[in-house]
Amino acid sequence: MSNRDRIVEILKVVSQNPDVPDANESLFDGGYLDSFALPEVITALEKEFGVKIPDSDLNPRKFETVVKVEQYLDAHKA
Amino acid sequence: MTSVAAFGCWLPARVVPNSELAPQLDCTPEWMLEMSGIAERRYASPEEDVVAMAVGAAKDCLDRARTAPADVRLLIVSSASVPQRFPGPAAAVAAQLGMGETPAMDIPVASAGSLFGLVLASKLAPSTGPVLVIGAEKMSSAIVLEPAYKATSILFGDGAGACLVREGPGLLRIVDWQLGSDGAFAADLRLPLTGPIEMNGRSVIMQASRKMPRAINEVLKRAGVPASDVAAFIMHQANQNLMDRVAKAVGAPTERFYTNINRYGNTSSASLLIAAAEWACQTTPAPGAPVCFAAFGAGFHWGALLATAE
Repeated sequence: MSNRDRIVEILKVVSQNPDVPDANESLFDGGYLDSFALPEVITALEKEFGVKIPDSDLNPRKFETVVKVEQYLDAHKA
Repeated sequence: MTSVAAFGCWLPARVVPNSELAPQLDCTPEWMLEMSGIAERRYASPEEDVVAMAVGAAKDCLDRARTAPADVRLLIVSSASVPQRFPGPAAAVAAQLGMGETPAMDIPVASAGSLFGLVLASKLAPSTGPVLVIGAEKMSSAIVLEPAYKATSILFGDGAGACLVREGPGLLRIVDWQLGSDGAFAADLRLPLTGPIEMNGRSVIMQASRKMPRAINEVLKRAGVPASDVAAFIMHQANQNLMDRVAKAVGAPTERFYTNINRYGNTSSASLLIAAAEWACQTTPAPGAPVCFAAFGAGFHWGALLATAE
């Protein structure tokens, strides 16, 4: 399973939305995430990818799209 | 061993339902409920200031603890909605309670203030004697009832809560605590000297959703208590949706999270102790049952405290 697929699986579980967001679609505007759900996604990403995401990075802009999540993880992977 | 001997609270009589505020805020009562879990809140009258509310909660608490004000050795008052820079309300509260020259100190920490006061009291009570902790807030003075401010104005209410902490057995034995502060977010929730409360709601929710579960998990882990074994979680009543997220994050049923936000709204530092007072009236936990407190607010300041029923 690719990293993108793993990210999408996390998003589907947290959002309880079976739809797959487009790679560059806003997860917030698209209704997949809100301020309450993002911390849950972050925690799931930490577990799934073995990365530590600091609280200071809890910025929706950094996790706006699947591509941005992918880029963030690439830049911060252990 | 340090214990909470009793809790107490005081709420203004005036009930303000969503239907009263909705026309002024250009929204619907249903939207207000959906966004916050709040159906109504209490607003204090002009005569009911922070000091008066604090005194009301203190009397309720001391009555329940069967303790005279003169037997309290230290008073800690948490309030962030006071009308003047200094003095804070603690000295006036002590005077109205007839506590003589008992030391009285203020903690202007807003929503997490009662928790910080409770931790302070638990450390000081063995040496000073009984410590009375009060959270009292007149948050209706910090909001503007205009549509542009509805995101914050729907949330807040007035009230006061109190607890008496002392060495020896009591209602709840204090086991452990975890506090944290991060000033990098100081601008995201504040009440300037002039003007209404300012809140970056998204930042508050995201940080609270991470930091509170982490603090709760830390105290539970140190005590070797699984979240599923905690009899009750008593939190700062900030937003029902936030409490539900915290419950999910720590892996405990939402029913274990005591809630009264639908009736009182967010009363900042008062809410934790108001919730505790109501919970203590309604519940008799089994001896040894773990009870976990948690709060998060401006600063950001946050934390959790673990106690066990006696």
